[in-house]
Amino acid sequence: MADLKVCKAPDNLTTIGLGSCIGIALYDPVTKVTGLAHIMLPDSTSIRNNSNIAKFADTGIKKLLDDMLKMGASKSRIRAKIAGGAKMFDIGSSTMNVGDRNAAASRAMLKQLGIPLIAEDCGKNFGRTVELYSANGDFLIKAVGKTPYKI
Amino acid sequence: MGKMTLDQINKMYPDVLTEIGNIGAGNATTAIANMLNLRISMSVPHVELMPVEQICCAIGAEDKVVVGIMLGVQHDITGSMMFLMDLPSAHHLVNRLMGRDPDYNEDFDEMDMSAIKEIGNIIAGSYLSALSGLTNMTITPSVPYVAIDMAGAILSVPAIQFGMVGDNALMIKTEMGDDLDISGYYILMPEGDSYQKILRALGLPV
Repeated sequence: MADLKVCKAPDNLTTIGLGSCIGIALYDPVTKVTGLAHIMLPDSTSIRNNSNIAKFADTGIKKLLDDMLKMGASKSRIRAKIAGGAKMFDIGSSTMNVGDRNAAASRAMLKQLGIPLIAEDCGKNFGRTVELYSANGDFLIKAVGKTPYKI
Repeated sequence: MGKMTLDQINKMYPDVLTEIGNIGAGNATTAIANMLNLRISMSVPHVELMPVEQICCAIGAEDKVVVGIMLGVQHDITGSMMFLMDLPSAHHLVNRLMGRDPDYNEDFDEMDMSAIKEIGNIIAGSYLSALSGLTNMTITPSVPYVAIDMAGAILSVPAIQFGMVGDNALMIKTEMGDDLDISGYYILMPEGDSYQKILRALGLPV
């Protein structure tokens, strides 16, 4: 949670238990530089205490991209996939819709950075674990009681 | 006096929270023991303050499936609260309530889910009456909402709530034993200045 990592083939990345958080996967198919971020909140500027960059969609995605470029990825080749942002409890309060807000903020930041979002699996009401494979950029989603699926 | 952050309050008043946790857990244990006609004793609740990023692993592996019961609170304070138990604890309680074989652990059916919600109501009521009793405030809970999913996913909810206002999260761990083994975790997520209201009601400077 509130973390991000980059790696190269043959290493893979995973993040477990995405509830209302969003997992953002970035992949460069030529250099096979792979990045995954697990963000919790949409916007670092709206909160007083924003020490952890990886906590927020805006700062986290930007840092993830920077780290991938440092590892030799090319911005024009990077593609994104996102998952998560579930509403874990059916409780009807606006602060509980942070999952949707996280997804929206992630899409907006990717658009701002010019990174195409080629797949997403967001919303609904279940937790997700994601695995990102550097060999081919496959993004596998696992959930309790469901067969794993790729997007 | 300047406005204190939740982080500062949590650091300054762990005793207060331990006290609330103590009384709340005590009430909950008694209520459940009465409801199920059991003898249950309780270990001293353990209040833990941790960085929000760590809360997802605080009750075990992030992909461990747990039962989370969440309720909103309103009136003199606003916010929400959550109670979590691991699956064995939940099965124990439900089996006992349903008069079933203690080792039965098939998936919960609709009636079981109602039982879990009822247990949630009782536990929430116990903690809230502890809080009300100490502060003389009126605090009313919403109906309970249940999620059975990975611990990390369920705990993302309080992590985000605490993350919106600071870097730390607070959780109270309770263990109940004897006739039944239950490990439970209790998290109170006050909104706005509710926390300050609680402390002021307890006569503490904020």
